[in-house]
Amino acid sequence: MNKIIDKVNFSENVVKLVIEAPDIAQKRKAGHFVIVKIGEKGERIPLTISQADPEKGTITLVIQKVGVTSHKVCNLNPGDLITDVVGPLGQATHIHNSGTILCAGGGVGIAPLLPIVEAMKKAGNRIVTVLAARNKELIILEDQIRAYSDEVIIMTDDGSHGNKGLVTHGMEEVIKREKVNEAIAIGPAIMMKFASLLTKKYNIPTVASLNTIMVDGTGMCGACRVTVGDKTKFVCVDGPEFDAHQVDFDELLLRLGAYKNEEKQAYEQYLETLN
Amino acid sequence: MTNNPEYFKAERDQEWRVALRSQIKNKERTSRERVKMPEQDPNIRNKNSLEVNLGLTEEQAVSEAQRCIDCPNPTCITGCPVGINIPKFIKYIEARDFLSAAKTLKETNSLPAVCGRVCPQEVQCEAQCFYTQKLKKPAVAIGHLERFAADFERNSGKISIPEIAERNNIKVAVIGSGPGGLAAAGDLVKMGYSVTVFEALHEIGGVLKYGIPEFRLPNDIVDVEINNLRKMGVEFITNFVVGKTSSFEDLKAKGYVAFFTASGAGLPRFMNIPGENYVGIFSSNEYLTRVNLMGAAKADYDTPVLFGKNVAVIGGGNTAMDSVRTAKRLGAERAMIVYRRSLDEMPARIEEIHHAQEEGIEFMNLNSPVEYFADESGRVNRMRLQKMELGEPDSSGRRRPVPLTSSEYDVDVDMVVVSVGVSPNPLIPSAVDGLNITKWGTIHVNPDNMQSNISDLFAGGDIVRGGATVILAMGDGRNAAAGIHAYIQQTLVN
Repeated sequence: MNKIIDKVNFSENVVKLVIEAPDIAQKRKAGHFVIVKIGEKGERIPLTISQADPEKGTITLVIQKVGVTSHKVCNLNPGDLITDVVGPLGQATHIHNSGTILCAGGGVGIAPLLPIVEAMKKAGNRIVTVLAARNKELIILEDQIRAYSDEVIIMTDDGSHGNKGLVTHGMEEVIKREKVNEAIAIGPAIMMKFASLLTKKYNIPTVASLNTIMVDGTGMCGACRVTVGDKTKFVCVDGPEFDAHQVDFDELLLRLGAYKNEEKQAYEQYLETLN
Repeated sequence: MTNNPEYFKAERDQEWRVALRSQIKNKERTSRERVKMPEQDPNIRNKNSLEVNLGLTEEQAVSEAQRCIDCPNPTCITGCPVGINIPKFIKYIEARDFLSAAKTLKETNSLPAVCGRVCPQEVQCEAQCFYTQKLKKPAVAIGHLERFAADFERNSGKISIPEIAERNNIKVAVIGSGPGGLAAAGDLVKMGYSVTVFEALHEIGGVLKYGIPEFRLPNDIVDVEINNLRKMGVEFITNFVVGKTSSFEDLKAKGYVAFFTASGAGLPRFMNIPGENYVGIFSSNEYLTRVNLMGAAKADYDTPVLFGKNVAVIGGGNTAMDSVRTAKRLGAERAMIVYRRSLDEMPARIEEIHHAQEEGIEFMNLNSPVEYFADESGRVNRMRLQKMELGEPDSSGRRRPVPLTSSEYDVDVDMVVVSVGVSPNPLIPSAVDGLNITKWGTIHVNPDNMQSNISDLFAGGDIVRGGATVILAMGDGRNAAAGIHAYIQQTLVN
C-alpha cells in the first residue's frame, strides 16, 4: 500500500500524483517505470516515473484517463492508498553527451520525457524540445521542461498554444536549421511512429520509449512483446526504450488495440457506475 | 535430520505400527485393487473452474492405506524429493489418526495439500513403491493419501504448527514466494532464523497462484499453507523486486546474511515463426496469469482476457494441458493441443493428459506450427501446421521430430497459446556481479547444498533447473535451507 501525498489536476483528464514509495525513489533513474494496481480486483498497468524525491521518499506519476484503471488512479486523492506499486522496472535511459538532442514529447508522454531532458542536459547536451498536444490544456510540465531545455517549441493541433501543427512540423523545423545528433520521442505510439519516420529520413539516431500492455512487468508474461529489427523484444525488461527506426510501430499499434472492444465496454460500464 | 534409515527403523518398530501390521495379512493387503480418485464428470467440469479431483472419503483412504504393507525397507521414500516418511503417514491413516498423518507430512513438507495435488507421484514415490517394483501392480496411491491427510487437517480446523527452534535473530532473505521459496522459508523459520520472503508480484505463491489453475489447485488451499508459514513467523513482502527495488547490497546493509533465490524460470519462450506477435497469441504464462492470478475471466475483475472459439495450444507439457483445459472451460468450441512428437513422448503427467482427453480436448500430435495469419485488426485467424514424423532419439532420449516435406495445411484459430517452455529470468543473475551462470542462463550451484560461487547466495527451483516441477523446487528449497544453516553456523556463529 502506497499513500498519495499530493495531487495536481493538469486538466480534466490529466492528473499528477505524488506517491510515497521510499525504496523506488532511491533506486529510480530516468526511463524507469512502475506497475500500479488499484484494488483487490484491479488490473496491473505500467506507468513511467516522471520525477522522484529520494529525501522525501516520493515518486511522481502523470496519468491520463483513458480507461477503467487509469480513471480509478486519477480519481484518487491525497491520503488515499494505492493497493500495489512495484518498481523501478525496465532499463534506465542511456545518459551520455552526444551534442544536440532533439526531444519530442506528445501529450502525457511529456511526463516521462522530463527526467530524460533533465539528465541529458546535466550530461552537457544542447537540448531542443518540441512539446505537442491537441490543445493548450494538454501541454503539461512546460515550465519544468523549459528549465532543462535550451529551447522549447510548442505545437498544438488547434493552435491554442505555440504553433499550430503536428510534432513533426516542429521537429523538422529544427532539423532543417541545425545539426541534430540524436532524437528522443515519447508519446502516443502513432506520434512516435511519425517522429521516427521523420528522423529516419534525415538519418538521425532516435530513441522511442514504448508503453505497451503489460501484466507482471518483470519478463514473465510476454504481453509487451514488440518487434525490433527482426527480433522479438520484451518492453518490460529489454526496454522501454528502443532504437525507434527498428521498431515495428504498425505491429505495436495493433497489439495496443488487443482489448479495444473489451476495454471500451468495461469503461462505459464503469462510467455508468460513477453516475 | 529426519531422513536417515535408523530413524525410519525406530519409527517402524513402534508398538502401534507393529500391531497394525499384524492386523491384516499381507496377502489380503496386496489382493486389493488400487482406489480410484472420485472426479467431477468430464462434461460438467469442462464448464466450471471447480476441482476435477474430489478427494478420497475416509473409508476409501483407510482402505487404500491398508494396501501399504509397511515394508522394512521403504523404497518409496527414496523417490520423494523432500523425503517424506511415507509409511508412517500412511499407517496413521490406517489407524484413523488422520491428524497425526498430516503432522508426519509436515515434518518434511511445508505444502502437503499442494504436493498431494500436483506432484507427479507416478514417477517419484509411487514408481519406487513395492507394488510397482516387485508385484508389478498399481502402486499404493500415495499422492491421493497425502492429499486426503492434508485436506482432513485443514477441514478439521485443528491445523498443527510445526515446532520452531528458539529465534536466533539471524536474518535470511528468500527471493520468490513459489514452491522453492516457501519450502526454504518453512525450514529456515523452523531452525530459528528470521526469514523474509520477497515477492515481485502482488500475491504470495508464485507459480502455485499464477500458473496452476483452480481446477487443479485452488488458490484458497495455497493460502492456507501460506498462512501456516506466517503463523510460524515467516515475513512476506510483496511488490518487491530484489535487484530493482533494492540491491543485494542494500539488503545486506539491513542485516540479511544469506540469500536463497528461487525466482523461477521467468521468460516465456516463443518459436520465432512468422506472425507470432499477432493479437490473440499468448504465452502460456500470460494466458494463465490473466485467468488465475488476475481473475480476468470473472466479470467483476478489471483485467481483460480474450475468449477464443478455436484455440490451439502449442506444446505437450503440464502447462500446455493447463492452458488448453482453461480455454475449454472459458468456452472454446475447439480446444486443441498441437505437439510435435507423439502422445508417448509428451512430458505432461499421464493423469493430466487423460483428464484433458475426457474433457474433449483434441490432440493434434506430430504437428508443428510454421506460420500464423491474421485479419485486418491484427487478430490471428489461421495457423499453418506442418506434419512431423519421429526420427532417431535426440539428447533428451526422446525420438526427434522430423518435418515431412510438403505436408503443410491450415487450421482456423482465433486464439493461440504458446507453451513451449521458459528461459531463466535474467533479472537476478544480472543483479549480482561475478555470479557463475550456465550457458543456459541458469544459476550454477553445488547440488549438495544449492550454494552458488557467491558464498552467501544459494539458489534453487527453475532459476537453477530451467523448468522443472513444484516438488523439485521444494526439494531444492529444503536442501538450500540446510546449506544456509551450515553456512551460517560455519561463518557467523563460530
